Amino acid sequence: MKWVLVAILVCATTVGDVFRSLGMRQHGEIHDFRPGAIGSALGMVARNYYVIISTCAMAVSFFSFMKLVSIAPMSFAVPMSAAAFIPETLFARLLLKEAVDWKRWTGVALILAGVVFITQ
Amino acid sequence: MPATEDLTTKTRLFAALTILSNVAGNSFLTYGMQRLGDVGNSPLALIGALFHPYVALGVVLLIVWTLTHMALLSWADLSYVMPVTALSYVVTALAARIFLGEVVSPARWIGIVLVTAGVTLVGRTAASTLEGKPQ
Repeated sequence: MKWVLVAILVCATTVGDVFRSLGMRQHGEIHDFRPGAIGSALGMVARNYYVIISTCAMAVSFFSFMKLVSIAPMSFAVPMSAAAFIPETLFARLLLKEAVDWKRWTGVALILAGVVFITQ
Repeated sequence: MPATEDLTTKTRLFAALTILSNVAGNSFLTYGMQRLGDVGNSPLALIGALFHPYVALGVVLLIVWTLTHMALLSWADLSYVMPVTALSYVVTALAARIFLGEVVSPARWIGIVLVTAGVTLVGRTAASTLEGKPQ
């Protein structure tokens, strides 16, 4: 049960993050942080299909995480969700066309190695 | 203040807010869910659990996390934001040990050092590689 929840969590988080990034880039950089401007930005973002898909995926991710922390320690559940870094970095490079250089790849590899230790 | 320096300050501020709200949210959520015990696997039972005060507080903090994370992603690369905010894994292990009384093994502390090294390395790269190329 624990590993099924981890698998659902990782897949849903990857879909959620990649689509959220696509949606927020379509919207453009947020400059104005006054409440009215934030409300207006949220209204525009809420009508973005990428953000809608991301939100649905994040809901699945959230409920699987909620269930996971009820049956496993937080110091296992939280770092375990970092397994999403690998598919996410691949999608960042391939789909979002980000320039992922050797430093970022090495950083992500170190984070992943750390996560493996954290789960011991 | 130069525009790039201004962007770096804003990026760091939002990264810090993202980390803090994430750790506090996860801690309250875990505490609440563990106090509730086994709620079953049905979506309705999980939705019902949202009304437990500690779970609800955790959710509010995670909403704050979502909003700061979304704002951060509007100007910074996903492959930058993702590992930098991974610092929350380190703070989460400390919070689990201090506030939830979880046993954190030596292997987990080694993991924390590796995560910190990875985060530091990623933090030395540019926040956005797509300047002038909106997607």
